[in-house]
Amino acid sequence: MGTTSFGQDIWAQFVHGLRSTFVTGLLGGGIAFVLGTAIGFVAGYKGGIVDEILNVLTNVVLVLPALVVLIVAVAYLDVRGLVVQALFIGLTSWPWAARAVRSQALSLATRDYVDLARLSGRRTWKIITTEIAPNMSSYLVMSFILLFGGAVLIAAGLDFIGLGPTGGVSLGLMLESSVQWSALQLGMWWWFVPPGAGITLLVGSMYILNVGLDEVFNPKLREL
Amino acid sequence: MWRYMGRKLGFYGLTFVIAVTINWMIPRFMPGDPVRSMLNRASISDPEALERMTTYYNEVFGLDTPLHQQYFAFWSGLFRGDLGVSVWLYPEPVTDIILRHIPYTLGLLIPAIVLSWIVGNHFGAFAARGKVLDNTLLPVGYILTATPYMWMALLLLWALGVVGGFFPTAGGYGFALTPSWSWPFFVNLVSHWFLPFLSMFVVGLGGWAIGMRNLIIYELEAEYSNYLQALGAPRRLIRRYAFRNAMLPQITGLAVQLGTIIAGALLTEIVFTYPGLGTLILRSLNNNDLFLLQGIFLFVVVGVLIANFIIDIIYVLVDPRTRVQMTGGAS
Amino acid sequence: MTLRVQDLKVHYQTLRGDVHALDGVSFDLADGEIMGLAGESGCGKTTLGKSLIRLDGRMRHVDGTIELDGRDVPVADDRAMNPFRYHEISLIPQYAMSALNPTRRIGRMINELLRARGVRPATVAEELNRRLELVGLDPDVLQRFPIELSGGMKQRVVMVMATLLNPSLLIADEATSALDVSTQRSVVESMVEFRDRGYVKSMIFVTHDISLVYQMADTVMVMYAGRIAEKAPASTIINDPRHPYTKMLIGALPEVGTTTEDTRLEGIPGTPPGLLRPPTGCRFKDRCPLASEECSETPPLVEIDPGHWAACWKTGR
Repeated sequence: MGTTSFGQDIWAQFVHGLRSTFVTGLLGGGIAFVLGTAIGFVAGYKGGIVDEILNVLTNVVLVLPALVVLIVAVAYLDVRGLVVQALFIGLTSWPWAARAVRSQALSLATRDYVDLARLSGRRTWKIITTEIAPNMSSYLVMSFILLFGGAVLIAAGLDFIGLGPTGGVSLGLMLESSVQWSALQLGMWWWFVPPGAGITLLVGSMYILNVGLDEVFNPKLREL
Repeated sequence: MWRYMGRKLGFYGLTFVIAVTINWMIPRFMPGDPVRSMLNRASISDPEALERMTTYYNEVFGLDTPLHQQYFAFWSGLFRGDLGVSVWLYPEPVTDIILRHIPYTLGLLIPAIVLSWIVGNHFGAFAARGKVLDNTLLPVGYILTATPYMWMALLLLWALGVVGGFFPTAGGYGFALTPSWSWPFFVNLVSHWFLPFLSMFVVGLGGWAIGMRNLIIYELEAEYSNYLQALGAPRRLIRRYAFRNAMLPQITGLAVQLGTIIAGALLTEIVFTYPGLGTLILRSLNNNDLFLLQGIFLFVVVGVLIANFIIDIIYVLVDPRTRVQMTGGAS
Repeated sequence: MTLRVQDLKVHYQTLRGDVHALDGVSFDLADGEIMGLAGESGCGKTTLGKSLIRLDGRMRHVDGTIELDGRDVPVADDRAMNPFRYHEISLIPQYAMSALNPTRRIGRMINELLRARGVRPATVAEELNRRLELVGLDPDVLQRFPIELSGGMKQRVVMVMATLLNPSLLIADEATSALDVSTQRSVVESMVEFRDRGYVKSMIFVTHDISLVYQMADTVMVMYAGRIAEKAPASTIINDPRHPYTKMLIGALPEVGTTTEDTRLEGIPGTPPGLLRPPTGCRFKDRCPLASEECSETPPLVEIDPGHWAACWKTGR
């Protein structure tokens, strides 16, 4: 696949980069997923003032542009690692998942079997994990996939600006260095095409997988 | 109506306060002395200037005063429009630098958002329920939404700028020109603007088209559509209703997507070294000008909040249901 | 004779195969007749209602003919069917609450529909207002959005809208199920009034609520598992049902004045057969107390008394 201006092998970088991009996606998406579903469940199930407060919190984080917040926060770090990057991404990208989970939980929380569980005096967390969550598991799987894709894209953006993990390799960092060392002007398309294509295919296939899962979970969507 | 607007404004006000607080907290609660680390990294060679700047920034941060005083000082500075002085372009105020770059970002963002929203919606509506078109639209749309903005920008720049040579490859206008209200300058401006615009437009298209396609299908299966079909209403009428009703969630979607789109604009600008806020962010990072960076952050947040409020108003004007509920109809 | 349905077969396509939702249904509907169509859920009554106006995507017309006022109704051909819709055959759907476009003022939506069907709104505007008043609505509702109306009001708007072009046949599909009892009653009364005034020539009223049917219908048709079990004048069905299924269905109704202490309410034991691969012979034989050898042959629908039809070997002839 050719080399960079410094003779580094693109293919080796690509393979390593793909791995760390994947890890960032999993970690960042995972943290966002845990936060989002926890907040969504509690808000939707508890209702009342708790819901109100969590709702405002969700909307505030939703309105703030994630990447810009991340740039400012990460810029103050002298040494940046993969895990820290993923953590910050997770902390900023959970709101829409919380929103979606909340509205689902809201409709499930009024079902009879949930009422029954509540009347029998079970703990909130127990009810959420045993009665509500299993009934929207397909929904949760799909949210995670979308969060994963989002985290990969945000991480790539951060890397591209130069706020990626220090000394690491990722697809976003490859794009950054290709621009920094004028791969474009030198006609070295093999430097910047593969990393972008890798991200696009990774995230794109996730989204398409999601559509497929949707059809599996909702037989109504299937065309006859 | 006014109560609704008031509530929305209150929420945006709260968000603004939170954003400012985050902005204030970050340099103070991150490990290390912000002034020293900033100036060290900025590697200023003139020792006299360095001393002047150190005194200045120490005073601005006011690190020796109690935290709540620092906080209020920060707010009062904000109300005077004073976001501090840039390290990189010392002693120019941050506000002035940002204001100089904002028109470029807005000039890129607004047409890209509006046009890709409109075109994407029509495209999605057109493709919905058409077998062949639908089957091509879906994968293409998903691939487009999965494309990182900077990569699309790189591809277009390389294909149409470097290889094709149809468009200039960098900057907001030609180096040889000075800004003026003349025709040649305007043409030059547009030719520099076109590629970044196109890149953002194309990436945005996929998401809107898919969203509209899904919403239209949902609307076409709604009960009112079914009923109209049973009464023999023509497809045209039913699709017109479906399109109109599907637009409403798409307007809300615009508000939700705004952050991502702005991030995309910043990244796109960097690829084209387009003189907007994105390139400015990169410059401030490279020069360790954290004051400038935080100023940009505040401006972007204010911009997002204003845009959200505008979208709220549009939504109320377009959706009769919210309007009716607010004026207090029967039921 | 308004409507004549002969040997109608309609299948539902599913991933597991065709469901024989209507499996040879034949009946007549006279001018001015209001026929109640009753049966358990899944017996095909809603499918029959739909088949007369518009087959949805998964329904397939397999066999049989429909005739309206002497003209053939081409149910299988969606395009050829269009001239009949609204003008000749109209519908009050199950979901009347959400049958109106939520973002259009009601009057505007009706006008757009009329124009699309080749009727100048001005020619019926006066009639529209008169009929709205007849069902107890202020013509002002035309200026409102659907969410501003209560369920009963929406129901009545849909009723007026559906019958505005004086159709020959009106299908009301569970049209009152979502309403409370008193609203139900006034809607039902308006429907009878519409028939009396000639706004609709005849009506099929699909419901699972036999006591409601008894209040308004001239005749009642009972369906079971995709076939007709019995059709007779309403009072005959209630007081002198002949088909064992109808008997058990009527027996399952609580009577006014009895308490559950002395008579237990009895359901019908067993469940209807699946229609994916329907059994041969009489479909009710597995639940029927009178079942015998001859029930493995399909019983024909025969007229046992004038106007009284039943499909059972045991009803005698």
